[in-house]
Amino acid sequence: MADVCVLTGGRSLERTVSLRSAARVERALRELGHAPDVIDIGPDLVGRLRDRGYGAAFICAHGRGGEDGTLQELCELLGLPYTGSGVSASARCFDKLLLKHELDAAGLPTPEFVSFSQETVNELGAAEALPAAVDRLGMPLIVKPARMGSALGIGVAHNESELDRALLNAFSYDHKVVVERFLADARDLAVGVLDGSPLPIVEATPSGRELFDFDARYTPGLTQFTVPADLSDDLAAAAWELALQAAALLGVRGAARVDLVLAGDDLWVIDLPTVPGLTETSLLPMAAEAAGISFTGLVASMLDPALID
Amino acid sequence: MPTATNLDPYDDRYAARVAGLRSSAMRDLMSVIGRPEVISLAGGLPYTQAFPPDVLVELTAAVAADATAQALQYGPTEGLAEAREAICGLLAGQGVPAVPEHVLVTTGGQQVLDLVCRTFIDPGDVVIAEGPTYPGMLPTLGAYDADVRHIPMDGDGMLIDALQTELERLDAAGRRPKLIYTIPSFQNPAGVSLSLERRRALVELAARRQILIVEDDPYSRLRFEGEPLPSLAELDAGRGGVIHVGTFSKILAPGLRIGFAVAPAAIVAKLNLAKQGIDLCSSPLAQMLASRFVEGPRFAPYLETMVDLYRERRDVMVAALHEHLPADAAFSPPAGGLFVWVTVPGVSAGALLPRALQADVAFVPGTAAFFDGRGDESMRLNFSAVTSERIEEGVRRLGRVVAEQRTLERSLRSPGRSWQTSAS
Repeated sequence: MADVCVLTGGRSLERTVSLRSAARVERALRELGHAPDVIDIGPDLVGRLRDRGYGAAFICAHGRGGEDGTLQELCELLGLPYTGSGVSASARCFDKLLLKHELDAAGLPTPEFVSFSQETVNELGAAEALPAAVDRLGMPLIVKPARMGSALGIGVAHNESELDRALLNAFSYDHKVVVERFLADARDLAVGVLDGSPLPIVEATPSGRELFDFDARYTPGLTQFTVPADLSDDLAAAAWELALQAAALLGVRGAARVDLVLAGDDLWVIDLPTVPGLTETSLLPMAAEAAGISFTGLVASMLDPALID
Repeated sequence: MPTATNLDPYDDRYAARVAGLRSSAMRDLMSVIGRPEVISLAGGLPYTQAFPPDVLVELTAAVAADATAQALQYGPTEGLAEAREAICGLLAGQGVPAVPEHVLVTTGGQQVLDLVCRTFIDPGDVVIAEGPTYPGMLPTLGAYDADVRHIPMDGDGMLIDALQTELERLDAAGRRPKLIYTIPSFQNPAGVSLSLERRRALVELAARRQILIVEDDPYSRLRFEGEPLPSLAELDAGRGGVIHVGTFSKILAPGLRIGFAVAPAAIVAKLNLAKQGIDLCSSPLAQMLASRFVEGPRFAPYLETMVDLYRERRDVMVAALHEHLPADAAFSPPAGGLFVWVTVPGVSAGALLPRALQADVAFVPGTAAFFDGRGDESMRLNFSAVTSERIEEGVRRLGRVVAEQRTLERSLRSPGRSWQTSAS
């Protein structure tokens, strides 16, 4: 019986990562005694979900259309329990602009930022306001598509011409971009959160590159991972607390990852993926393993609440 | 205790020549072309849907009837005699002089390119190539750490004057190129062909300077109009200055993975030795299928059908480009082959790609065809692999995202923007 389906793939630019995550999840589900159907999400999705009457959906679709609340909404409409966060938390975490506003409003630290949309640039002359943004934030800046994961489309700008290029590139991924103060020499930390509890902190140190970018994330060997991260007890506790506060603020459910940067002794939240990667180079499985939770165990913990739902 | 983990425990043990081989975000992004909604103008795929299944059944049945044991056995490294003879017959029709003992059958034309680099290129050796050149040749040249010098082209192919200038520059530095790599007919990606006059000049120049030419020729049989031009191998007239590279991939099927090299005996012997260490031999079964097909009565009509089909698709693509791309977009309708090379001034094709993929259309950014990052305002579009309707729709989508990006670039460079007010 195909009791569980794994929703993956689709037209998101993170398709490859999704398919890799799903392949691992499928194997783990088989080990757990399930007979999952892996579904490459497309126009036939609703029909397939209706016809088969699955008991739960394991969402492994990263990026737009999988992580942004829309797939979750569809599952809700069909009465299909699913893994991870609900519609509202997914939507607010996936959009970095909304996420940062929420964090800011709650007094949780996130690097100072401004945002631009393609429409304001094209129709309202927003480019003329770029110098003011630079004045406010100072160089270097990091430019991110607001709604994209896996660090796709992210670029660092040290001067005006690099800023133009970074904006053009980021706008190719999303019509809305976030321009953020770039904390040079900061450390990249990730705190996995599983059912409200923090996992050991993972530090990612990409070799020979300024950013923990897409290539550094998914090319084995390009990044050194340290688990648990080499932090003082106070800093580790602060990172855990900040991650839990952010996760609680946004109302995330199941498994999520809170990405932080550490600059000096200051911690900042930069991202909160609610469908975190589960590939062989992904951070959440690494953190779980450090906590003594096997990949299969992690998959079971992610699925169980949905099955009970 | 913190534990530092490198997820590739062999990271410090790989050979230096593979250290630079990395996956890239761009390649992973392209995986969306696996979805049926996405129209891919990116690949270089022939339209194998048009190959009659009954012909494959007939060919396979005939091989099974009279050569099962041989088809399933290892074969000679240089290739089966029947395959080498069939290749000579095929080449005779193209004016390429060849005898079976000068032919090496390979696993696709791509293997010849690797074998040639493996045999001739030491790290730092200079290789001349057109600019742009075949994207699939770049990782090969990169793996052997070649120093690639691109020679620009116009509508008549490689500029021989520019080649001459580059050779003189190399002379001054005391360096001599090992190879001139060229696709003289319906070049991938530029679509242009080297004129007869330039073919002669290239062969003479290379002979005078004793530089070996690698003539990559996958497309010359896919001619839509005009008279065939002599191959460089033919113009070389037996002087031994040309390695001719051919393939069944575009005239039959890439799935068979059968290509070949025609070269002087000494070079064939070296390539043969190199091949032994790689795969012993190319699939005898595939060699039999390929050679029997091109020697049989169905080949000529099949090729004619494919040329007609590709011509029609080329026409649809060119018309769609005129209709949907900005007036200053530059492209020339190719007289054969599989590709149109399009340049849109001021539009970065690399930056455009994610936008295009989200609009469900894919292309190869021009930078993939240069060793040195040039080509950012160009893209390669393929017209053989998708139907005319999808070509029209794909180019329409492309036109839309090009227009979007143009508008954005113009807006970002708004004259009202003044950095003088910035304290940075």
